[in-house]
Amino acid sequence: MSVNRIRHMGTSRVYRCLVAVVFLVMAAAAVAGEWRPLKNDSLHDPENPALQYLQNPGDALGRLPGDGAGNKVDWIRALENGYIRPRSELKKDTPVRTLDTDILLNKTGSIPRVRFPHKVHTQWLDCDNCHEQIFKSKAGATPITMGKILEGEYCGVCHGAVAFPLTECNRCHSVPWDSQETPVAEKR
Amino acid sequence: MSFHASWIIALTRPANVTLLLFILIVPGAPCRAEYADVVLNKHSDSEGVRPVIFPHWFHRIRYQCRVCHAELGFVMRAGANDVTMQEITEGKFCGACHNGEIAWPVEHCDLCHSARPGTAAGIRGGHQTLGPGNW
Repeated sequence: MSVNRIRHMGTSRVYRCLVAVVFLVMAAAAVAGEWRPLKNDSLHDPENPALQYLQNPGDALGRLPGDGAGNKVDWIRALENGYIRPRSELKKDTPVRTLDTDILLNKTGSIPRVRFPHKVHTQWLDCDNCHEQIFKSKAGATPITMGKILEGEYCGVCHGAVAFPLTECNRCHSVPWDSQETPVAEKR
Repeated sequence: MSFHASWIIALTRPANVTLLLFILIVPGAPCRAEYADVVLNKHSDSEGVRPVIFPHWFHRIRYQCRVCHAELGFVMRAGANDVTMQEITEGKFCGACHNGEIAWPVEHCDLCHSARPGTAAGIRGGHQTLGPGNW
């Protein structure tokens, strides 16, 4: 687009043009984001005769509550509403530990604070998966930064790899500074 | 010139069409695997079999994370686990379930060893967030 044309169109038209292009890109991304069959996912070998016996992602994930990111599945709703009942242990004597305490992470600058819900995490994970190696049990004792998370440390061990990705800012940064919520809080 | 006419004309410019196609196609192209598919290839290629694809989505429908990552001892970092067929046949790691009782046994090589030969190990499906550490 030439500069002259931009000048001719005026700012609002250029803006509307940009909005239209962004909309088209998002629509195309939504269509492209469907689950691909294994035979053309560019990972599985199409020459493998056993490929026909493997379940395709769409056949299973298409029946679960939808989401916009990751596997396009809302795994929490899938679990809580009984769409799936994943087994919690292999051996009968393995303890299945859960906790229902929210932690408020305050060191987020001017953007909304982070509520960490133990409940949904311990519906999937054991305490030892995070404590004490990735996170200290004591609230505020772990020097979490967004940079480290983006590099795959702390929350980024799972978020961005297997749990919902780091493009979903608001799902974690969900507590506005003017909110009166009082979960267990880090000292500021 | 009306709003519609102007942006349609803008979209017919070759440079703009090229740019639009680039935006639409390039980011999606390399990441066709399902989110969190893990390719295991510490030994496969050198042993002359296809690399292994571990689909997280399939397993988490049936098992909570804690089963593999706490009970079975899989470290939560792609590449950190050195899983050998010897250990699997002894009932460790994948072999805790892939024993012919819970899931298919090790004799069905092709069901796990299913990646294109030469596929690099690692976690797939768009985990790259393009954050500071990956720029």
